Amino acid sequence: MPQKGIITLPTPVRFVAAASVGGAEEEAGPLGAFLDVNDVGGDDKFGTSSWEAAEGEMQRRALTTALGKAKLTEHDIDGVFAGDLQNQCVGSNYGLLDFDIPYFGLYGACSTCAEALILSSVYCSGLMTGPVAAVASSHNCAAERQFRYPIEYGGQRAPTAQWTVTGAGAFILSNDAEASLPMITDVLPGRTVDRGINDLNNMGAAMAPAAIDTLKRYFDETGRSPDSFDMIVTGDLGAEGTHILREFMASLGVDISAVHEDCGLLIYDVDGGDKHAGGSGCGCSATVLAASILPRMGLPTVMPAPEGKRLHDVLFMATGALMSPASVWQGNNIPGICHLVHIVGGDA
Amino acid sequence: MEILKTLSHYVIVFAVGGALCVVAQILIDKTKLTPARILVSYVTAGVILGAVGIYGPFADFAGAGATVPLLGFGNTIAKGIREEVDSRGLLGALTGGLTAASAGIAAAMVFGYLSALIFNGKRKK
Repeated sequence: MPQKGIITLPTPVRFVAAASVGGAEEEAGPLGAFLDVNDVGGDDKFGTSSWEAAEGEMQRRALTTALGKAKLTEHDIDGVFAGDLQNQCVGSNYGLLDFDIPYFGLYGACSTCAEALILSSVYCSGLMTGPVAAVASSHNCAAERQFRYPIEYGGQRAPTAQWTVTGAGAFILSNDAEASLPMITDVLPGRTVDRGINDLNNMGAAMAPAAIDTLKRYFDETGRSPDSFDMIVTGDLGAEGTHILREFMASLGVDISAVHEDCGLLIYDVDGGDKHAGGSGCGCSATVLAASILPRMGLPTVMPAPEGKRLHDVLFMATGALMSPASVWQGNNIPGICHLVHIVGGDA
Repeated sequence: MEILKTLSHYVIVFAVGGALCVVAQILIDKTKLTPARILVSYVTAGVILGAVGIYGPFADFAGAGATVPLLGFGNTIAKGIREEVDSRGLLGALTGGLTAASAGIAAAMVFGYLSALIFNGKRKK
């Protein structure tokens, strides 16, 4: 059967470097020790005067750190694909203003990290360009103002609401790199899926059907089974969405529970803290991939490497809830999307 | 004895005000109503209860426990409209509500502005 949705890269593209930036809550979480940059002020303003500017600053620091690790300068990079959660992507627009790199601003809600990785790897591999960069970020306080209420309003959160991660991740990809580095071999762009969810406080349920759609298509096209992967990691389904995904896949006869993880549940101590249904946001999957997953796949790291078995075959699936404040006010459903990136570890 | 009477009044005020907040908290936790809708429903409920003459006696009984929550704001609007209609005629239906509530609205704006000058927003924990 011909493969319809999966794009196999003509030349595999390798991760040359990755960098992660996190706020105070993320620093205090289980992955805190592995984050490259955090806010020394502890107020998540990153030396700026607004939450929105802070998000841009996080992107700037993430890309600067990643370039430093890769021993490259902005002039070596042939394109940057970046996105965030603010109106018109201003977090990326302003944050990456200083870099003289051709820039593509993306909006994929919380799936942006995978969307950026898909577009940058296809661009880099298909056009045989020099190294390219992918950046994604979210800031809790900027997102609260964007999608709910300004922090200063002091509104109450619903128990099922997820917690937007204050974090950014940057990745440098190259089609000409050492074989010891992890690589993207193929990608499966997501389709928008609407299953009738319109509750802003239950985005896990809105995104899970998209994750099911993408994962099922991937298994159908490749004929592979879950246990042939070391990890299938979703972006930010949270507790609710994770439950729906595992249950539904099991009902199709595909049990993913042994290898499935969710970045939203990895980044915070969900049971111990007041993070309700887990983390969300573009920064969630981006920081977890940069700080925790890629170092376990052969990517050298400056920070202490996370423990756990070495990963060779990983499906990275970032999920997004594609609504705007106006669309929710007008009572529209919240469509979900899930982009899949297949990452294979470098030669050990 | 006088002090006991005062104390028991405080207890009633506290319990009634708290109970009204408990209802709102349950609405936030157990329903999909947004805080804005709960807020508007409380004000509207206060207007209706005030208009049918229930809220006035209730406020006499529970004091600030009934007047400080948003229901009391609605009651103030209803009361203001009634008084203004009595004294100025039908035009009072349009002017009475905001006239009666003007102290509350102006205070919210002035103190909100002062707070914004003095304090900076902090991230949630």
